Amino acid sequence: MKVADEVVKRVPWDGFLDGNWQKEIDVRDFILQNYNLYEGNESFLTDATQATKDLWDQVMQLTKEERENGGVYDLDTKIVSTITSHEAGYLNKPLEKIVGVQTDAPFKRALMPFGGIRMAVAAAESYGYKVDDEVVHTFTEHRKTHNQGVFDAYTPEILKARKAGIITGLPDAYGRGRIIGDYRRVALYGVDRLIEEKKKELNLIGNGTMTEDIIRDREETSEQIRSLQDLKKLGEKYEFDLSKPAATAQEAFQWLYLAYLAAIKEQNGAAMSLGRVSTFLDIYIERDIKNGVMTEEEAQELVDHFVMKLRLVKFARTPDYNELFSGDPTWVTESLAGIAEDGRPLVTKNSYRFLHTLDNLGPAPEPNLTVLWSTKLPENYKKYCAKMSIKTSSIQYENDDIMRPIYGDDYGIACCVSAMRIGKQMQFFGARANLAKALLYAINGGVDENLKMQVAPNYAPITSEYLDYDEVMEKYDTLLDWLSGLYVNALNIIHYMHDKYSYERLEMALHDREVLRTMACGVAGLSVIADSLSAIKYAKVKTIRDEDGLVVDYEIEGDYPKYGNNDERVDEIAVDLVKNFMNKIKKHHMYRNAVPTQSILTITSNVVYGKKTGNTPDGRKAGEPFAPGANPLHGRDKNGSLASLSSVAKLPYKYAMDGISNTFSIVPKALGKDEETRTTNLAGILDGYAAKQGHHLNINVFDRETLLDAMEHPEEYPQLTIRVSGYAVNFIKLTREQQIDVINRTFHESL
Amino acid sequence: MKEGRIHSIETCGTVDGPGLRYVIFTQGCLLRCKFCHNPDTWKMGSGKKMSVQELVKDIKDYLPFFQATNGGVTVSGGEPLLQVEFLLELFTELKKLGVHTTIDTSAGCFNRSPHFIEHLDKVLELTDLVLLDLKHIDSVEHKELTGLSNEHILDMAHYLDQKNVPVWIRHVLVPGGSDNDAYLQQLSDFIATLNNVEKIEVLPYHKLGVYKWENLGLDYPLEGVEPPTEDRVRNAEDILNRVKVI
Repeated sequence: MKVADEVVKRVPWDGFLDGNWQKEIDVRDFILQNYNLYEGNESFLTDATQATKDLWDQVMQLTKEERENGGVYDLDTKIVSTITSHEAGYLNKPLEKIVGVQTDAPFKRALMPFGGIRMAVAAAESYGYKVDDEVVHTFTEHRKTHNQGVFDAYTPEILKARKAGIITGLPDAYGRGRIIGDYRRVALYGVDRLIEEKKKELNLIGNGTMTEDIIRDREETSEQIRSLQDLKKLGEKYEFDLSKPAATAQEAFQWLYLAYLAAIKEQNGAAMSLGRVSTFLDIYIERDIKNGVMTEEEAQELVDHFVMKLRLVKFARTPDYNELFSGDPTWVTESLAGIAEDGRPLVTKNSYRFLHTLDNLGPAPEPNLTVLWSTKLPENYKKYCAKMSIKTSSIQYENDDIMRPIYGDDYGIACCVSAMRIGKQMQFFGARANLAKALLYAINGGVDENLKMQVAPNYAPITSEYLDYDEVMEKYDTLLDWLSGLYVNALNIIHYMHDKYSYERLEMALHDREVLRTMACGVAGLSVIADSLSAIKYAKVKTIRDEDGLVVDYEIEGDYPKYGNNDERVDEIAVDLVKNFMNKIKKHHMYRNAVPTQSILTITSNVVYGKKTGNTPDGRKAGEPFAPGANPLHGRDKNGSLASLSSVAKLPYKYAMDGISNTFSIVPKALGKDEETRTTNLAGILDGYAAKQGHHLNINVFDRETLLDAMEHPEEYPQLTIRVSGYAVNFIKLTREQQIDVINRTFHESL
Repeated sequence: MKEGRIHSIETCGTVDGPGLRYVIFTQGCLLRCKFCHNPDTWKMGSGKKMSVQELVKDIKDYLPFFQATNGGVTVSGGEPLLQVEFLLELFTELKKLGVHTTIDTSAGCFNRSPHFIEHLDKVLELTDLVLLDLKHIDSVEHKELTGLSNEHILDMAHYLDQKNVPVWIRHVLVPGGSDNDAYLQQLSDFIATLNNVEKIEVLPYHKLGVYKWENLGLDYPLEGVEPPTEDRVRNAEDILNRVKVI
């Protein structure tokens, strides 16, 4: 490029302030020493360049063809995806500022059999492709997969529980994901330095006595080093030398992206999140702008092209999987803003530029833009976020004020709501237990209401005509004791095997040696149980039995307080349940001494869980969806949105540190009469929710009519994005059933 | 503690006063506006009995939202001034918490009886804002539209002016009912005589409450009347706002 560029290139760290980050791997220190706080408004932002527009048109065209092709544009059936498996691929090389795709062509999905060959074959078949026989043979006869390992170890009891759907969504046949590599390290240090550090670490592992832990640790570290060497090879394919630190903003974006790309070439984890990169990258942009080698327009173009690549991340998945996690999500979650421990907001111009991609490229579900909200964020930034939420419904918010004291100021969100220190912490994703079904088991003595099969131990069922609260609670408690043990056992097996057969070597190479692992358990059906128990306690619930005496339905006599109305009587039941189940989980041994946590998050699987669960004592009919995450059941929150938010905010984060998801849908008019008022009010809702210790909020702002119209005319809404439960989806990619579920959810609309 | 007769609560009001507002809809009203979208709040002596204590306990939960948006509590209706003693006790408690208070009234029950004025004066001392609905400037037309004439309503407007209570004037624009340039001009002239008006809002008539009339087994008197066009709304806003707004 220019002469100045050459100068910078010689000394990649020139112009940065010194700190501990030079002595050891410490990206956080680099950021705090060097970032430029921006407290102004959005007026500096620039429009998409012609190159950006042309590239995006191309992407939209491919997206259209993909949709017309039944959901998959192309799929590799022969080459098993690894970091170095494919040659370089481009959208339009001369126009792209950031390059790299998962295979050798954009929109071509990779073949990833390490999680499970059957899953890979089924995914291909469902879209009319056939995986190469030799690959199938190899992964059936010669190379064991994660999936096979898990099923070798599962007990008959776990298999039954899984079949009945009391534990479900388990990552036993697909990649667990939810591990965030610190991709920034590649840009800041270059790969050679990282290899050097890992080699030093290898020598530090153990004292010479080879216990199982030490052996595993040494083997994994060696794998990590190998993956870093592969990462350099990937760089070479795209004509970059990743061995050295990035010297310009463009290189920093490119290095970071290739590191992320390497991760997603090897792992199709459910959530492959990005971390917290925008403020880090802003430092490079600021330096280039200061050196006169970059303009604002070029800076935005870089962000736009980077984000565009993140929007192209795709995996081959089965229809079953898509039913669970609808809309093809990849959870390329990027965490924006937040506050530093020294009190400075971590807001930079890049915190704006990333949200501005929603204007320049239009709304989209990915990357999963997550604002780490604090009441102390600059007012300008708060307003800009609110404004973009109203405009695009593509942003989620998580409470930095309650997470910062636990995770510090360099954590990111994996998937939807899982906070973790970047490069220092990872989680074993555990999907969730269906606590609503568990309540039915408690009533029916462990017999599944749909399969009519003994799933839990043969406990004494309830035989009375009317349900007695104390009796139900006692039996429920016993049932949850059983369930928590079974659930943890299943997760221990899954993660043992995932480490063994599908280890995330590149992602873990971008972690410290000492990693905090959490066992991320989860629960589904919270509002159904809270309302059911409330009905039993405050109204009269009569059991309806089938010819075998199994309770199959319930009749409620009288009214009862419902979760979502800020009514202490029932909200307390929900709070107690969260605490109780967490305490039960904690009693068990966790694989690799993981720290147990739990989430109240269903993603879109609230529909599937509901489908598999019979009539419940709250009056919900068999098969009807649960509310998503920690939401009140649709239509039962009658006192307006602040009451609904206040109920959810009571759930204690301390007992649900893997996140408490709340999806909030409101019609524009209900936020106020004019744009200015709407913006202020939405920012106020976020501030109030944060002050009340609420954890997470998805914000959707639109009219129900828009969704109804999009159902009928999907072609007119190619980019209509809605937040569901911790992530966003392209509305028209949902199944009709899920679309109806979304439309039936509570829209706060009173005037 | 006093009990109020409450129709319902909306915790996230955004159109009845500034910021996010906890809106208490009281039960009971003297007017029978043809365009009413809450006819279920008319009947006196019904509604849920709620104590001031109970309400204040609930309201406390929303203080962070008020603080973030300069919001507060609005008592609407029905007609809140029909429960003026309850209002007094509620606002006394709210002021202890520093909450911004608003009354949304049609002034339908305003009168100069010493008993009423005594209570009203005390309430007004604790009231930050009154949303005053002036449905029609012409008394005969007013009676046609709402069932009551408007002399005492306009009297209340003067009274609030005299007391120097900040007021937002609200006018529901009903095509064929209250959307007439000559009358709007008269209304505008009337508002011009007041010195306490901070804002004038035109509320376009809408049909979202029609189903409630049906639920109550009432004939809907404005059958066939459509909401005003945007042009007419702007026209009304222009006419009413031509007066000097302080």
